[in-house]
Amino acid sequence: MPLSGTGTPPTFVTVLLRGLLAGLVAGLLAGTFAYVVGEPHVEAAIAIEEAATHADPATGGHQHDEDALVSRNGQRGGLFLATALFGAAMGGLLATACVLLNRRRRTVDDGWSGLLLAGGALLGAVIVPFVKYPPNPPAVGDPATIDQRTVTYLLLVVLGLVAVWSGSLGYRAVGEQAPVWLRAAAAVGGFLLVTGVAYLVLPSFQEVPGDFPATLLWSFRLASLGTQVVLWTGIGLLFAALMHRQRAVTDARLAG
Amino acid sequence: MSSSTSSQPLVHPAAPTRLLWTVLATVAVLSLLAYLVAFDQGAVSRSGMYLHELMHDGRHLLGVPCH
Repeated sequence: MPLSGTGTPPTFVTVLLRGLLAGLVAGLLAGTFAYVVGEPHVEAAIAIEEAATHADPATGGHQHDEDALVSRNGQRGGLFLATALFGAAMGGLLATACVLLNRRRRTVDDGWSGLLLAGGALLGAVIVPFVKYPPNPPAVGDPATIDQRTVTYLLLVVLGLVAVWSGSLGYRAVGEQAPVWLRAAAAVGGFLLVTGVAYLVLPSFQEVPGDFPATLLWSFRLASLGTQVVLWTGIGLLFAALMHRQRAVTDARLAG
Repeated sequence: MSSSTSSQPLVHPAAPTRLLWTVLATVAVLSLLAYLVAFDQGAVSRSGMYLHELMHDGRHLLGVPCH
């Protein structure tokens, strides 16, 4: 267990900047993954959507033609903008959460708390919503329910994070003298309790057209999950690395 | 890890009130940024649907409900 250094602790702003930087870089990595792995599936889905629109123009929906507001090439480039900005926002929020957590629990090492929080965010804010509301490619999803789906999705992101928090409460409630399997079981129990209730209470949506290719849907959803996994793994590792470097520099300055 | 370990806090405990406001402002700005990427339809950004359409692929591949 690496111990915290004895140097002056960094200010909130320097920690925040590290989180933003880690998130920006992780976002670009996630964008690259999404571009290489996910874009072919988006293109295939748009081809299906356009075939349906041309066959029956009354159904309307999104425009993906060259005369649209943003061309397809623009949207492919915008992918990197979206993941980079989203990554920076998530990295900044992670850094903020890390600072608040360490102020309350001063025994936690910087690197570990960053990694644990990133793992918790991946589980609570990505995997929990993914299972109930898996992401949909273009051509899937009823525009009439978009507001309802957005609200319930956001609600499940929050409840997923609450579930992770509930798991950590269970872990701590059992006590330090308990065997590790019991603490882990309490964590799993606390997490599953909240997740299970959230899954039961929130409504389900089944809007995949019957003739939509199952392999394309599966591949798109895996690519989408992979994008988020790359993002949060990158944020966690990069943030921990930047915090470690800060410690090393401060310690060296004090020792020298 | 025992709670008696006296390791350094991550941030100076000084000026907790100012830190609170800084944290709140940061969370607000970052949430707005995430909102602009993931959910905005022009109502907040005043860009019409331009930003929404620009980040269309990113939204799909980040797994946010889109349309």
